[in-house]
Amino acid sequence: MTYLYNIGAYFLMIKEMFRKPTKWSVMKRLIFNDIDDLIIGSLGIVAFISFFVGGVVTIQTALNITSPLIPQYLVGFATRQSVILEFAPTFISIIMAGKVGSFITSSIGTMRVTEQIDALEVMGINALNYLVFPKFIALMLYPFVISIAMFLGIVGGLAACYYGGFSSVEDFIIGVQLDFIPFHITYAFIKTIVFAFLLATIPSYYGFYMRGGALEVGKASTTSFVWTSVMIILCNYILTQLLLSS
Amino acid sequence: MIEVKNLHKSFGDAHILKGVSTTFEKGKTSLVIGQSGSGKTVFLKCLLGLFHPEEGTIAYDGKIYSELTDDQRRNLRAEMGMVFQGSALFDSMTILENVMFPLRMFTKQSNSEMQDRADFVLKRVNLEDAHNKYPSEASGGMQKRVAIARAIVNKPNYLFCDEPNSGLDPKTAMVIDNLIQEITEEYNITTIINSHDMNSVMEIGEKIVFLKDGLKEWEGSNKTIFKTDNEAVTNFVYSSELFKKVRQMYLEERA
Repeated sequence: MTYLYNIGAYFLMIKEMFRKPTKWSVMKRLIFNDIDDLIIGSLGIVAFISFFVGGVVTIQTALNITSPLIPQYLVGFATRQSVILEFAPTFISIIMAGKVGSFITSSIGTMRVTEQIDALEVMGINALNYLVFPKFIALMLYPFVISIAMFLGIVGGLAACYYGGFSSVEDFIIGVQLDFIPFHITYAFIKTIVFAFLLATIPSYYGFYMRGGALEVGKASTTSFVWTSVMIILCNYILTQLLLSS
Repeated sequence: MIEVKNLHKSFGDAHILKGVSTTFEKGKTSLVIGQSGSGKTVFLKCLLGLFHPEEGTIAYDGKIYSELTDDQRRNLRAEMGMVFQGSALFDSMTILENVMFPLRMFTKQSNSEMQDRADFVLKRVNLEDAHNKYPSEASGGMQKRVAIARAIVNKPNYLFCDEPNSGLDPKTAMVIDNLIQEITEEYNITTIINSHDMNSVMEIGEKIVFLKDGLKEWEGSNKTIFKTDNEAVTNFVYSSELFKKVRQMYLEERA
């Protein structure tokens, strides 16, 4: 029953988020602040992880190709496919569920605990629109982060290939360009937009409706991370089945 | 003026308010007192529109809250100022930004007009030098004064204060009490304070409503509270030796 209650309350929250919009001059500032916190603030960690995980994917692929009949450019091909299809959109989103998600839950949760949300409501402000909507809009720039992750993942693979001596740079680049299907990029960005929506709304839900004190803020952050990750994995499966299996 | 008629509020099986009726007048400081669990906070949250009573009406200058549309309710709330027990200042904003916040949200004033108004109210609460501090850098008394400044900056018709003196030393508490009373008279606001600070009761209680077990047990003022024979009120108000002596002296003087 608790699950059903939470699902219902989550969708009601989303509906309420779009009602009674905050003044545009105020909202504009909130959106820019959230772009700074959620998007720009995540670039460093995303770049670091993407570069090195791209490298690891390349090394593992290269080390598993033992047959001399398999062409060397397959390393670049496998790296590109892994990075674009799964690693950049899904793996980075799980990391963002930890970084951005816990930030959203704890900041909104702390506002709940210290009565700042009550203060907004008493003033007649739609607190959900004021707090959650700018995060939702800011995270619509999330595909930009994922594009960087895709690029750096492949660059990381190239660097690992070059410095590890697994194949030549030329072979790697041939592999990266081989049989490229543009729809795979569309598929990755469709997933990214769905994950961005989940990243903005699930942690906000757990922060906004939490009760208790500082300890409960911590618990809410953990719960929000778990459920955001679960929903990302689940949506990943459903979208892959819908978009790629036809 | 706020008129409350037969207010009932329950949470599950717990019947918190059991039919409270009273009136709070404009330009007067009214206090709602009572022991912990008497329903004071629920009563205040009903007045603020945060809780919806199952029965009874609350009328704000004739406008009955339950009959208003969502938009009308939000507009009415914009006429309310609230000082929370923990101040509830926005900790990511400076003191000046906190005070300017209601103006930014509800008016079309220019930045300089908003700043002038915020300067004026901050000066009114004796905080002219704290503009750029963050709430975490301010003392408890300063935070309460900022909360009062934020509550009155948009010229509200109704001011609600939930335990405005909690956690303050007696001298600062008195400063806050006097400030609230002065502002109430100056701007002709309907002010309701939720308190169990007996100094506040004696100092600024132009109207006092005593709640017990979700019912209005007694109603009067700081002048009449000395004379009451109501056992629940006397047990609550005169629980300390100091107040017992004050009352005794008052009654001896009168005799």
